[in-house]
Amino acid sequence: MKRKVISALLCVAMATTLLAGCGSSSSTSTSTEAEETEETEEAEEAEETEEAEETEATGSYAGQKIALVGKSAGNAFFEIAAATFVSTVEAEGGTVDLAYPEEATADAQIKVIDNLISQDYDAICLSANDTNALQAKLEEAMDAGIAVSSFDSAPNAESRQVFVNQAGTTAVAQALVDAVYDITDGAGQWAILSATSQASNQNAWIEAMEEIIANDDTYADLELVEIAYGDDEAQKSTDQTEALLQNYPDLEVICAPTTVGIAAAAKYLQDNGSSCKLTGLGLPSEMEAYTGDGDDYSCPYFYLWDMEGLGSLSAYATMALVNGEITGALGETFTAGDLGEFTITEADDGGTEIVLGLPLEFTPENVSEYAELY
Amino acid sequence: MEKKSLWKRITGSREALLALILILLFIIVTGFNSSFLTPSSLQQLIKNNAVTMVMALGMLCVMLVGGIDISIMSTLALSGMAIGMLLKYDYISGTIVPFIIAIAIGIVCGFLVGLVISRADVPPIIATMGFMYIYRAMGYLISNGGEWASASALGSFSDFATTKFLGLNCVIWIVIVCYVFFYWFMKWTRTGRKIYAVGSNPEAADVSGINVKNIKLLVFTIMGLLSGLGGALQVGIYASAMPNMQKGGEMDVIAACVIGGVSMSGGRGTVIGALLGSLILATIVKALPLVGIGSLAQNTFKGVLILVVVVVNIILQRISDRNALKGREM
Repeated sequence: MKRKVISALLCVAMATTLLAGCGSSSSTSTSTEAEETEETEEAEEAEETEEAEETEATGSYAGQKIALVGKSAGNAFFEIAAATFVSTVEAEGGTVDLAYPEEATADAQIKVIDNLISQDYDAICLSANDTNALQAKLEEAMDAGIAVSSFDSAPNAESRQVFVNQAGTTAVAQALVDAVYDITDGAGQWAILSATSQASNQNAWIEAMEEIIANDDTYADLELVEIAYGDDEAQKSTDQTEALLQNYPDLEVICAPTTVGIAAAAKYLQDNGSSCKLTGLGLPSEMEAYTGDGDDYSCPYFYLWDMEGLGSLSAYATMALVNGEITGALGETFTAGDLGEFTITEADDGGTEIVLGLPLEFTPENVSEYAELY
Repeated sequence: MEKKSLWKRITGSREALLALILILLFIIVTGFNSSFLTPSSLQQLIKNNAVTMVMALGMLCVMLVGGIDISIMSTLALSGMAIGMLLKYDYISGTIVPFIIAIAIGIVCGFLVGLVISRADVPPIIATMGFMYIYRAMGYLISNGGEWASASALGSFSDFATTKFLGLNCVIWIVIVCYVFFYWFMKWTRTGRKIYAVGSNPEAADVSGINVKNIKLLVFTIMGLLSGLGGALQVGIYASAMPNMQKGGEMDVIAACVIGGVSMSGGRGTVIGALLGSLILATIVKALPLVGIGSLAQNTFKGVLILVVVVVNIILQRISDRNALKGREM
C-alpha cells in the first residue's frame, strides 16, 4: 500500500512540475502581447490628451507594477499604511502586490526580494528588517532597473533611492511643546513621562523639546520639573505619575511621548479626577476613553504618526521614482497628489528622505473614528 | 532569663522584624514627603501592587516545596489577553464571567506546568522557562500579533477597579480575601500542612504517606490559578490588555517572597511573610521617586534595598537560630 501511495505522489509531483513549466512559458508569451497592446494604448492616449489634459497627469502613473514588502505579517501599524499605499496606487491605475517574509528577519526578507526581482516589478517599496543586511540584494534590484523606496524602517543609504520618513524629530517635539504651551495657557509646571532612559527615539524627542524651550522666549514661563521613566510598563508608569503629582502639587501637564505611558497616566489622572492634564503620543483606540474636553477627561488631545498619510506619500514617491520624475537625489521636488509638493532632503544616515510633516492630532472629535483604525 | 526582652522577641520572629522594617520605611518616606502616608496614597499603593501581592501567595506555595516558577507573568499575559480579546469582540461582558475565564485559563496553564514538573521530573526553573516562552507567545498569537484591548473595548469590565465597597477599593478587597483565605489554608488545613511537610523534607513526607507528586502538581496549579486572577486584575486595574504586560514582573514576585523570608530551598515561609515582603517591596518602589532619587538610579537603589533587607533578615534569623540552640543546651 505504502509504495502505491508514494508512487502516486511522485506522479502528481511530476505532473505539477510539467504544468508549472508550461505555465511560466505561457505567461512570458502573454507579457509580450501585453507590451504590444501597451504600445497601441499609448498611441491612443496621445490622441486623447488633446481632448482631456487633466487625465494625462494621473494617467502618467498608470500600469505600474509595484511590490510592497513588509517586515512580517501582522503588524497593525504597517498594515494601515499598506492599505492606503495600495489604494493610492490603484487609484492611479497601477497594481500593488503585498509580500511579507515568513518571519521578521533580514534573511527571510532577502528571499522575498530575490523572488520579486525575477518577476519584473517596476518598483519595490519596503520596510527593512535590517539596516545593512539587505544592501547586496537591493543593489541587485536597482541594477536590474527596479526602483527601490522605503518607509517605516529604512535600509542604509546605498540600498535605497529614497526613504519616506514619518515626521522629523523637531516636528514631533514642536507639536508636543505647543500642546503643553496651549494646555497650560502659556505658563506653569509640566513633566515628561518617558519609556526607558535608553530609548533613542524618546531621548531624541526630549532633547529636541528641551532645545525648543531653551531657544524661544515664548516658552520662558514653562517649567519642566522632571523627566520620569515608566519603562513602558503600566505599573511603573502609574507609580511615576503618582509620584509626579505628589512631588509637584501644582503640576499642570504631563507629556508622555510613549503609548504605554500615556495610557497608564491617562487612567490614573482620570480615575483620581486630577486637575493635571495629559498630552503626548498615543494610540487612539487606547486613548479613546480618556480623550475629551472638560474635567471628566484627562487628555484634551494627543498625537501619533499619520500612518495613512505615510502610506499615501510613499506610494506617490515610489510611482514618481518609476516614472523618472525623481531619482532620489537631494533637492528634487515632486507633487504627491492631494498631499501637495514635497522636496527630497538629506536623511540622518547620509541618504535622502522625504519627510511627511507633522504628526496627526487626535481630538475628542476625531478620536473615535481613528480608534477603529489604530 | 524568664522574661524575654523586646529585642529578643523581635529577633525571635521574622515577621515582627519585617513589620519593624516596614514601619521604619513608612516613617522615613513620610519624613521626605508627607503625602505618602495618606489613606488614598496607601490604597493606591496596594492597588498598584495588587497583582504582585496576590501572585506572591502562589509563589510562596511553589517556593515552599523548593520550586520556582518564572512562567507566571506569561500565564498572566495569556489569560489577561484572552479576556481582553473576548471583551473587545463582544463575546463576553460584565465582570464575573471574564474573571472566571481568566482563572480557568490560569488553572489549565498551571496544571500543565505542574504535570511536566511533577510527572516528568523536569527541574522547575527549566520547565517554567519553557512555558514562559510558550504562554507569552500564545498571548501574542491570540492578540492577532500585538493588538491591544483598550479601555473603551473592555466596556464595563474595568469598572470594578474604580468602585469602592465599604470604603475600600474592590481590588483591595480581592487582595484581602486572598490573604485571609491563604492564611487559613496554609495554617489550618491538612493540604496546607502537607505543602510545608514536602518542602522541609520530601523523603520523610513521602514515607509518611504524602503523595509528593500530587502536592507539587497542586502548588503549580495554585500558582496558575493566581496568575489567571492576576491577569484579570491587571487588565481591570490598568484598563488595558496587551500581550507584553508584566514582562519581567516574575522577578518582583520572587523578590517579594524572598524579602518576606521565604526560603529558596523550601520548607520555610509564611503568608504573613509574603504579605510583609510584598508590601516592603511595593513601598520601596513607590518611595524611590518620592524621596527625590533620579529616575536612572532608581533600579540600583531598588536592588540595593532588596539585598539589605534580605541580609538583615538572614543575620537576625541566624541569631534567633543560635538562641534556640542555646535554649536546647540548657
